[in-house]
Amino acid sequence: MTQAIATGDAGSAMRRVDGPDKVRGTARYAFEYPMKEPAYLHLVQSTITRGRVRAVHDGAALAVQGVLAVLSHTNATRIDPGDETELAVLQSDGVAYRGQPVAAVVAKTPEAAREAAALVGVDYDVYQHDVHLSAARTDLFAPDDTDTHQGDLEAAMAEADTVIDHVYSTPMQHNNPMEPHATIALWDGTSLILHESTQAVRMVHTTIASLFGLERDRVRVIAPYVGGGFGAKGPLHAPVVLACLAAMAVPGRPVKLAVTRRQMFTLVGYRSPTLQRVRLAADAQGRLSAVGDDVTAQSARFTQFVERAGDPSRMMYAAPNRRITHRLAALDTNAPTWMRAPGEAPGMFAPEVAMDELACALDIDPVELRLRNEPEVDPGTHKPFSSRTLAECMREGSRLFGWADRDPAPGVRRHDGWLVGTGMAASTYPALLMPGSSAEIRFEKGRYELRIGASDIGTGAWTVLGQLAAEALGVGVDAVRVHIGDSTLPAASLAGGSSGTVSWGTAITAAARAFREEHGDTPAPGARTTARGSDGADENYSAHSFGAQFAEVHVHADTGEVRVPRLLGVFSAGRIINPLTARSQFIGGMTMGVSMALHEHSVVDPRFGHVVTQDFADYHISVNADIGEIRAEWIDTPDYRANPTGAKGIGEIGITGTAAAVANAFHHATGVRVRDLPITVDAYLLGSRG
Amino acid sequence: METEIKLRINGERYSLRVDTRTTLLDALREGLGVTSTKKGCDHGQCGSCTVLLDGRRTLSCLTLAVTTDDTEIVTAEGLGGDNEPHPLHRAFIDNDAFQCGYCTPGQICSAAGMLTELDAGHPSAATPQGSEPRLDDDEIRERMSGNLCRCGAYSHIVSAIREVGGRA
Ligand code: FES
Ligand code: FES
Repeated sequence: MTQAIATGDAGSAMRRVDGPDKVRGTARYAFEYPMKEPAYLHLVQSTITRGRVRAVHDGAALAVQGVLAVLSHTNATRIDPGDETELAVLQSDGVAYRGQPVAAVVAKTPEAAREAAALVGVDYDVYQHDVHLSAARTDLFAPDDTDTHQGDLEAAMAEADTVIDHVYSTPMQHNNPMEPHATIALWDGTSLILHESTQAVRMVHTTIASLFGLERDRVRVIAPYVGGGFGAKGPLHAPVVLACLAAMAVPGRPVKLAVTRRQMFTLVGYRSPTLQRVRLAADAQGRLSAVGDDVTAQSARFTQFVERAGDPSRMMYAAPNRRITHRLAALDTNAPTWMRAPGEAPGMFAPEVAMDELACALDIDPVELRLRNEPEVDPGTHKPFSSRTLAECMREGSRLFGWADRDPAPGVRRHDGWLVGTGMAASTYPALLMPGSSAEIRFEKGRYELRIGASDIGTGAWTVLGQLAAEALGVGVDAVRVHIGDSTLPAASLAGGSSGTVSWGTAITAAARAFREEHGDTPAPGARTTARGSDGADENYSAHSFGAQFAEVHVHADTGEVRVPRLLGVFSAGRIINPLTARSQFIGGMTMGVSMALHEHSVVDPRFGHVVTQDFADYHISVNADIGEIRAEWIDTPDYRANPTGAKGIGEIGITGTAAAVANAFHHATGVRVRDLPITVDAYLLGSRG
Repeated sequence: METEIKLRINGERYSLRVDTRTTLLDALREGLGVTSTKKGCDHGQCGSCTVLLDGRRTLSCLTLAVTTDDTEIVTAEGLGGDNEPHPLHRAFIDNDAFQCGYCTPGQICSAAGMLTELDAGHPSAATPQGSEPRLDDDEIRERMSGNLCRCGAYSHIVSAIREVGGRA
């Protein structure tokens, strides 16, 4: 590595403290806690898409040796889901989506549970279902507060020198962290202990307590290591509730539930497909007079989730006329959820391809076109940016990538049978700050114990939070020990929305400062202080991270195979607390961006209402050989207006803009404009040039 | 139906009764508490469950435990000496070749196995026709493509393996 491995001070490339356990595999994930006499839970999922369960026949299942219980809506503990309709598991005979849990078997071995689950018979009344998303549906509705109108988009379109007006699409995608969701639930008759794979220990804790009507001190959630989440392990989904219901059916016995990979395509959410009509109007110099993004996405009939793909177009480029709308179709599917950069990932595909189309139409360099449309203030809210660093990212990216000599003509470079092209796109992600985190510092045995109920889903929190505490306490990082991932620790906001490190960081800094005030520089053994972090960002600013992505794409002239041999991202995300782990997050996001560009596509069969591509053989994600030279750099720009840590989130910006950069490079290589993801061989073989 | 099997895992002898339907992966994780080996798909599609079985990289989710009687299994935990980390352990940490760490033990077993295969001269799809395979980035990428990493640590995995392979 290029960075010197330093002391661990904030800003230095300290290696992960959880590294030794992770490389040996001894870091324990949720399912891996040793349990005495565990029971295993296996689900029975609905084979219809909409209707009612008429009867559940559990006799054959109960006769299997080792089976302890068969749960269904007829006998499961009653809970109070409130608005959390997705969590109303086994509470009624209703079936709202295909694959919904309608029963579950608890047994002494996983084999017995699985065998018995296959023997549970379910009779249904079947109703008509509808899972088809289209912008032409007549029942689309506008969710609250997701539309904005400024000026007159139609008039600006009519008057402009050049307009772009196309529909772009992104498919349904599934988060698929490598560790599928997993729970161990132990109910002893009065209290519940959960080993849970979650991005949000506190949210699981409070939600489960309220669903089951338990005092909060009767529920404990433990999650020190989490095998990725990418949004799917943010909100709770049905499986954890089922595990709790099962635990209550066999008090005293720990119940283990491992969601299977196939079930990951049914039970734990997905990114909604989007259809985006993007409109741009510009004068001959490329100055935008109008920006429009009309988004159509889907939600479940039983709850509402909005994939806010229009959000980035509100603040990205200057234009006096603007129209951003979202429309939803309520379908007979499970609910969509957060997936890495929800909103921004699809929302920085369509408009950034449209910008490339505008650059081509006007014969202006795509970087130059974006520079000409840099806003003075946030064009949507008219607030000043806490910092706006897109121009610097694009300039630095151009330099590192060698953009200056680029011949803009599409479809004219060929090497060894491959068409070669380069493209770029901008990235952005809001700098969020979540309220509600507290941290405690204790001084024990000559060391400072940092205690905070944060989660490390691979972001580096185990390492970075110790660095922040050491910095705030003015001690070496070796003098700090980090405790996270347990609901008995002071409450922390979720690891999501690229907000974890900064939100927890404000609590850690506050606790360290208060600790020093109370206990001085030579604290007595046992000294302790708890403090609350920031209660939200400064509303006077519009705070975002920015970046610029540059891709080289090769397309085989005969087969249409698409490769991305080179990818560069230059980001500006405030202060970088640990360059080693930060680089991994940026690159990880970009790698998922390549996956989004070329591979990921969940296919729904409208006749049966299910996702057909239910494993890694059908749902492709990027593998090692799909990733060529990939490089992430950043411009160091501490942003203390965004929040007191000066840092902004880095977990999500890496995926934003990547797919657009790849699609734009694909056009430069082939002359074929792609407006639909993923970009597969047929895009080239069947695509029209121009 | 249950059967008794004996095997060595990370140098220790075990004997256990297994349901004949039990995979080696479940026998390790559930039967013996050897959880260094991860379950990512249970389908042979992700590589998280990779172990070295008699020295060869093997997907333990596609291997029935009953077929492993009298074999020697090494997981990422058992690579390297007692207190000595394996060079791959070190290189993965130094190169930050993981994030959540869930695919990592499988990546490391797979890397150890593939370096042995490369040493033995086994070609891959990335090996130029008619030539001996050499450790370069394309060979590593190709040979490591059975191990998925959703965190996207591939480029750092390549540099970690290059570092170790180049040293040998
Ligand atoms: S768990 Fe064996 S290959 Fe995925
Ligand atoms: S490190 Fe998370 S899946 Fe590879």
